[in-house]
Amino acid sequence: MPVQSYIQAITAGLREEMLRDENVFVLGEDVGKKGGVFGATKGLYDEFGEYRMLDTPLAESAIAGVGIGAAMYGKRPVAEMQFADFIMPAVNQIISEAAKIRYRSNNDWNVPMTIRAPYGGGVHGALYHSQSVEAVFANQPGLKIVMPSTPYDAKGLLKASIRDNDPVLFFEHKRAYRLLKAEVPEDDYVLPIGKADTKREGSDVTVITYGLAVHFTLQAAEKLEEEGISTHVLDLRTVYPLDQKAIIKAAQKTGKVLLITEDNKEGSIIGEVSAIIAENCLFDLDAPVQRLAGPEVPAMPFSPTLEKYFMLNPDKVETAIRDLAEF
Amino acid sequence: MANNRHESLGLTDEQVLDMYKHMLLARKLDERMWLLNRAGKIPFVISCQGQEASQIGASFALDRTKDYTAPYYRDLGVVLAFGMTAKELMLSAFAKAEDPNSGGRQMPSHFGQKKNRILTQSSPVTTQVPHAVGIGLAAKMDKKDFVSFVTLGEGSSNQGDFHEGLNFAGVHKLPVITMVENNKYAISVPLDKQIASEHVSDRASSYGMPGITVDGNDPLAVYEAVKKARERALDGEGPSLIEAVAYRFTAHSSDDDDRQYREAAEVDEAKKNDAILTFAAYLKETGVMTDEAENDLIAEIDAIINEATDYAENAPYPEPESALGYVYEE
Ligand SMILES: Cc1ncc(C[n+]2csc(CCOP(=O)(O)OP(=O)(O)O)c2C)c(N)n1
Ligand SMILES: [Mg+2]
Repeated sequence: MPVQSYIQAITAGLREEMLRDENVFVLGEDVGKKGGVFGATKGLYDEFGEYRMLDTPLAESAIAGVGIGAAMYGKRPVAEMQFADFIMPAVNQIISEAAKIRYRSNNDWNVPMTIRAPYGGGVHGALYHSQSVEAVFANQPGLKIVMPSTPYDAKGLLKASIRDNDPVLFFEHKRAYRLLKAEVPEDDYVLPIGKADTKREGSDVTVITYGLAVHFTLQAAEKLEEEGISTHVLDLRTVYPLDQKAIIKAAQKTGKVLLITEDNKEGSIIGEVSAIIAENCLFDLDAPVQRLAGPEVPAMPFSPTLEKYFMLNPDKVETAIRDLAEF
Repeated sequence: MANNRHESLGLTDEQVLDMYKHMLLARKLDERMWLLNRAGKIPFVISCQGQEASQIGASFALDRTKDYTAPYYRDLGVVLAFGMTAKELMLSAFAKAEDPNSGGRQMPSHFGQKKNRILTQSSPVTTQVPHAVGIGLAAKMDKKDFVSFVTLGEGSSNQGDFHEGLNFAGVHKLPVITMVENNKYAISVPLDKQIASEHVSDRASSYGMPGITVDGNDPLAVYEAVKKARERALDGEGPSLIEAVAYRFTAHSSDDDDRQYREAAEVDEAKKNDAILTFAAYLKETGVMTDEAENDLIAEIDAIINEATDYAENAPYPEPESALGYVYEE
């Protein structure tokens, strides 16, 4: 099995779907000739041509809105937002339109569209190239939000998103693009949207997280194993709607739950995870649910000292797990 | 005999009579909805009155067997022309389960019907413009010979989606016809407080497309403009912007009182150009419609509307728990 980086897995997933179904096409800023500012669509313009790898004007609401129109017609657009931070001009199209079209038309129309966007910090991106924006969309029934943590998941979940008949927001951690490398099968596989995945079995502490934080958690768990602390790791993979069953099961497994997000804490995805545990696991818990998250500031600042202070890392995760294990 | 204008546009007597029939049906249906609203039977009305000529003139210039439309809330005329029935519209007005637009989920006039290629609409204005451009993009990608027709109000032409959508269509030369139905008001705010240019159509040149302003009270003028735009689109020459100037005869909606911001005299003056009257006069002057035929038409339309109203009023509401369905594919 070939080893691929996270971004190579995404390119491969896109390419396979474009070969499989000629209705699949990509639209976004700089996705064509240049192959994307991160290179996620590299080589695909030459292979598929201008109209399946479409360089659009610099206008996010149109990228989303034109994608919605094409999707209603029966195309399968994959719209790229150059950075998740710049999805904001398209929020009206995503929330008022894409999310509600099946519901408001009583199942007459639907929007089989995927919106890909690189999110996350730790890349010297400052306030507007580092954000986690999933919480903005995570109370919008009609949307699905997928945030893969590994190259294998990225490919399998992207392919599933493109085949899904409803709109999917697909957030890719931009630091993961080249940091994470793993074996990725060359054959056609898809992974289920809406299902969390156990990334590590353990018995002392359960960590529930998603995205790049999964990687940090696995690194921390490895170290803590040497100290005799056994960590169970559940990767949400789909952060909306949440896989409640898997969350409950993982919480019950150890009775000590640490929730982690790179986003700031209040109003984040993990608040909802915590509520699910509170509703269902009262007598299974041996410690209060703990949350590790970014600080309550608008976004990640630029200077290395400031960025490091904001950003998660394996050490912060390790400390939080150890504290909870010792509770 | 008045000068016959429709023949030179390639329209038969039957076709112009059919145009009038659609205009009258839209008007009378709209009037009935107001009565039902004032009688407390339906919660909300938003009108097409004053814009029927623009809507029907445009629709008849399209191929209603294959073109797509993204109408806005005043386009009762457009959706009737595209195949939605009076009964279906009444079902929507009464928010009944059988409403094909939304199964009673949306307010009336939030049109949508896939079988007639009417894209589903929301309330935030102008979001439909990029959708129509997406349809045009699909037509171009698949080399199909249909066009995408989208409408909106002049106030709504200030939204970013108008500019983003038209620019996109212009850059990629997509078969998209945008018609702004300029009725001089956006709720209470008049045209000169909405746009700084003289015409909405002036904006077209920025997007690399022709922009023309036509008399929206003249269905034949609108027909001609949209027909040309359609030919351009099918010839691969790209999109067009048409501004049809008319006047809003009613308050903004059943929840608005227009005496707060405009004079009754202004409305009365505008009603002198009511296309329902002027087009009827034209059809009579050209010998297309006799008084007798007109009376028959009115009786026919009254019967259609009575039947639609009775049916919709007696139709069942959606089951309460059906509120949970169709969030995602089932
Ligand atoms: C984004 C948004 N802002 C405000 C409104 C409330 N609103 C509904 S219709 C309307 C006026 C629209 O005027 P215009 O575009 O001229 O269309 P008209 O109603 O005159 O046909 C307003 C302000 C809305 N529906 N959507
Ligand atoms: Mg107006």
